[in-house]
Formats: sequence, structure tokens, C-alpha cells
Amino acid sequence: MENPIGKIEQPISLPIKRIVRETEHIKTFFFNREFGSKPGQFMIMWIPRVNEKPFSIAYDENGELGLSIAVVGPFTEKLFTFKEGDLVGLRGPYGSWFKLKPEYKKVLMVGGGYGTAPLATLAQQAVAQGTVVDFCRGAHSKNLLLFGKRLNEIGVNKITATHDGSEGTQGSAVNLANDQIDKEQYDCVYICGPELMEKKIVVHCAEKKVLCQVSIERHMKCGFGLCGQCCIDGSGERMCKEGPVTTGEYALKQKEFGAYHRSKSGLLEYFHDDH
Amino acid sequence: MDLSANIAGLTLKNPTMLASGVLGVSRASLKNVIGHGAGACVIKSISLEARAGHNAPNIITFEAGAINAVGYSNPGVDAAKEEFSNLKELGSPVVASIIGKNADEFAEMAERFLSDEFAAVEAVLSCPHTPGYGTLAGQNTPENTEKITKAIRKKTDLPVFIKISPDSNPIGEVARAAEAGGADAIVAVNTMGPGMVVDIQTGQPILDFKMGGVSGPALHPIAVRCIYDIHKATKLPIIGCGGVTFGKDAIEMMMVGASAIQIGTGIYYRGIDVFKKVTDEIAEFMQRKGYNKLDGFIGLTHKLEE
Repeated sequence: MENPIGKIEQPISLPIKRIVRETEHIKTFFFNREFGSKPGQFMIMWIPRVNEKPFSIAYDENGELGLSIAVVGPFTEKLFTFKEGDLVGLRGPYGSWFKLKPEYKKVLMVGGGYGTAPLATLAQQAVAQGTVVDFCRGAHSKNLLLFGKRLNEIGVNKITATHDGSEGTQGSAVNLANDQIDKEQYDCVYICGPELMEKKIVVHCAEKKVLCQVSIERHMKCGFGLCGQCCIDGSGERMCKEGPVTTGEYALKQKEFGAYHRSKSGLLEYFHDDH
Repeated sequence: MDLSANIAGLTLKNPTMLASGVLGVSRASLKNVIGHGAGACVIKSISLEARAGHNAPNIITFEAGAINAVGYSNPGVDAAKEEFSNLKELGSPVVASIIGKNADEFAEMAERFLSDEFAAVEAVLSCPHTPGYGTLAGQNTPENTEKITKAIRKKTDLPVFIKISPDSNPIGEVARAAEAGGADAIVAVNTMGPGMVVDIQTGQPILDFKMGGVSGPALHPIAVRCIYDIHKATKLPIIGCGGVTFGKDAIEMMMVGASAIQIGTGIYYRGIDVFKKVTDEIAEFMQRKGYNKLDGFIGLTHKLEE
């Protein structure tokens, strides 16, 4: 009989190797260790006596892990005071990932805000296998757009929207992405960003009968599939295990996708459109 | 072969139940667990007010199990009442789980939360990591156990299960106190400890609450002994809980007196279909030994002593 007992998952304390400032709100923290993750999976970072939080993976190659993190609350505010050499705990990778098929000729990736981070590695893998990648990024303004240089180096076709028009088309990434879906033939569309943005694109893909995959972020306390805080209404499945990356078809069957999520206590919090 | 289990008037299609505190946060999550073979589910415990719980890390694992300090995060009684509706459609019985700071709060929880949506209510007097509740509030003494059980008993017609701590000593007295208070079954046991795990690179306890309840394989032999002692002390049916990972773990608990068993940490080791796997392993055992129902070996260890 299988014997799964003895498996240990605890954070590994690692020093920060270097810190790169990406935008006004985002820094990438690099660590001297590879975790063998796939694009779309996440790590959980521990700052002792502060908290533990999940983060998507921006780099996991050449002996290095890189997490591109936006400052959004007490945990990330604390992290942003850290210097090279300071220790944080890391465990993972966890969750499902974006699936890329070798026969895909052309794909669209849509990254809203720091949602660009996990897609960049996927873009790199797609380009390496000869798939053409149109990469649509959206942000409020030019200085908040992530990975301009990295995406150029990877060799994707960059398509950009900013709300203030400071780079690319003025407007939302949603309209830009949905126009692309109308104009081009994509084998798959990959979406990671704010959930209302995600839903509008997933719905459009469904209407146009285009395959898509989407990352559904939920409050994750453990990453082990035990606490249940990330179970989604609909299937009841755990977004730390069966998610966060799902097909668009699956996402649209989940009652809470694009509608609400659960807070730390489990109370429902509805999504509101900022724009 | 008949794998059905009977506990205080409930009939379960198999003896595996989802333990409280694991998954069980929403109706949808219960449905998913039942779809993976659970004979019954216990929801995550509900308190009067919403609770955010402790900061993370809330759960980590170590060589012989898991250690957790979730701190009873829950949306509070009003939101939970909305969440847990139409439960009879789910296909297996759903047991409510309630907590309170004292007998009055338990009574208020019973009054406001319970309805015939639920097949039974489990009252938890045994959490080792939440100030104001469980063992940290002394709810596991025989006196408090009887007082709280009585308070709940007055407010509900549902079968009342009392979940007790492996750190109760002597545990038989606590079980007898629950019986005297009008309980219909004992759930034995909650997590033990609290214990601690320290990160040696920094010297920091990993759980944010620093200490937490120990579950999984490390707890299992202690849970088996607790069930054995409780069976000697009372006539109440017992639901075993603590480190059930394989069918053999469930069978051990039944041999010392459990009528059904709960699984929590086992999901970590074997996946969400652990309920089906454990049930299949019990069935294989029964096939091999020629038992055609669970009663064939429930309490066997005690019968051998007669």
C-alpha cells in the first residue's frame, strides 16, 4: 500500500538575494533557489510574527526564484522594508498551472496589474516551443505596467492599454483583449488579473468559442487543501489544489466567479467594478 | 456487505465522516466532500460573532502529522445560517458544530443556529489553541462539560455530540459528565497539545499563534486509547477522531468502541477521496475476515476481555 505519511511541509527560511524595483508599487524579490514550479502556481511566504501570504511566481529558473509583489497591505508593507540578506520563509509551489499544448500556433495572454507576473514565464515557454504570443497588458498608467523589458526580450507581441492613455491604447485591457479575440485566431487565451476583468474576457471567449484558462485567486490559509477557506461556490473545490488555474468553461460554472469571494472569517465579499 | 453505521439515531451509508475544522466552510465544500464518499460531514465550528481567526501560518505539517492554530475563523451565526441551507439535498447527513465562551453562549448558539436542516449538533469543548474557548477556557473539566451539555440539551431536540480533548484526565469522567448532561454521543478526540514547531534558522515558532493542536498519525494511538477508556466509562456511542489515514486506523478505533470515525488531516495525506479509500479498505478487511457488518468487530477488544 502507498505510504504517504512522513511528508513535511514547513517554510524554508531563505535570505533575499536581490530586490528589483519594477514599478511604483511592485518589487521583485529574488532567492537563491529553484522550486521546479510551473507557470500559474504559487508560493506561500512567511514573515515571522507578521503573517503568511500566497504569491504567484514570476521567475523560477537558473537557480533562482523571483516573486513580483505589489504593496497592498501590512504584510507587503513590512516586506518592502526588507533588504538583501533578510530572511523570509518560503513553501510551495502549490496549485494548478496554465497548460500549454505543443500544437498551439498562436495564443493571447492577458495580464492585469501584477497578473502579468505568472504569464511572463508562460510566454517564455510558449515562444521557446515556437508558439506566437500576443501579450496584452493593462494598468492605470504607464509607470504601473509590469515587465516591459522582459516581454521584449522574450519576443512577444506587446499590446498595451492604460486608463490614462500614457502608453498604448487609452482604455481597459478588457476591450483591447476582446478586440484581439475578435480579430485574430487564438488556440488559447490565458488570463490573470482582477477578477471582474477576467470574467469579462472569459465570457467573451465563451461567446466566440475560443478556449481559455484563468487564474482564480481566493483567500488561502494553508495551501494543503485542508482549511477550506478557498473552496469556491459551485463545485466546492479548493482553489489551492484544484485551482487556482482552471479552464474558462469551469470558471463560468462557478457561481462565485466574478461575483464574490470569502474573507478571512468566511463572510462573502462582493467584487466592485472600479472603473 | 453492509457498511452502514448507526450513531444516536443517525444512519450513515459508511462510517467515515468529515471532521470539523477541515474544509466544511460552505455548503458547496460539504457537497464536494460528500461526492468523494463521506458518510456524513461536520461543518466548521460557528460562533455567535464573525471571527477572523489567528494570522497565518495557521497550519503546517511535521514528520508525524499536522499542527494547527486556525483560531475558529467563521462568519458568525447569522451568515452561517444562510450558508448552511437545503442540506438534506446533499445526500449524507450534515452535523452542525458550535462553540461558545460559556454555557450561556452555547445555549444561545443552539437556539439561534440549529434547525432540522442538521442531523445532529457537535459541541466542541476541547480546542487547544483559541483563548476563551475549549481547553484554554477550562471547558474540558467534568463540571463544565456537564453544565454546557445540559445548556445545549435544553435548547435542541437534535442528537447532541460532545467533542472532547485527549488531554482530559481521566477522560472517562469527562465522558460520564457529558452523559449526565444529556449527550447522545462522544466525539473522541480533538487535536492534542498544544504543541510547538520552531524554525531553527530564525528561532521563531512557525505558527503565528506559536502553538497549535497536533493531529494526524502522532495523535492516532492516543485517540485509540481515549476511545478505549471512554467505552469502559460510559454506554454512549463514540465517534472516533484523530489520525485516521487508512482503513486500518478506522478499524482499530472501532475495535476499541467507536461506531463511526472522522477524518481531517487524512485529506492531506491521501487526498479528498480519503473517505472512499478508507471505506474501501474497511470493506476489504471485512471481506477477508468474513464480517458482513461493522457490528461484527465494533468493541471486539473489549469483548476479548470479558
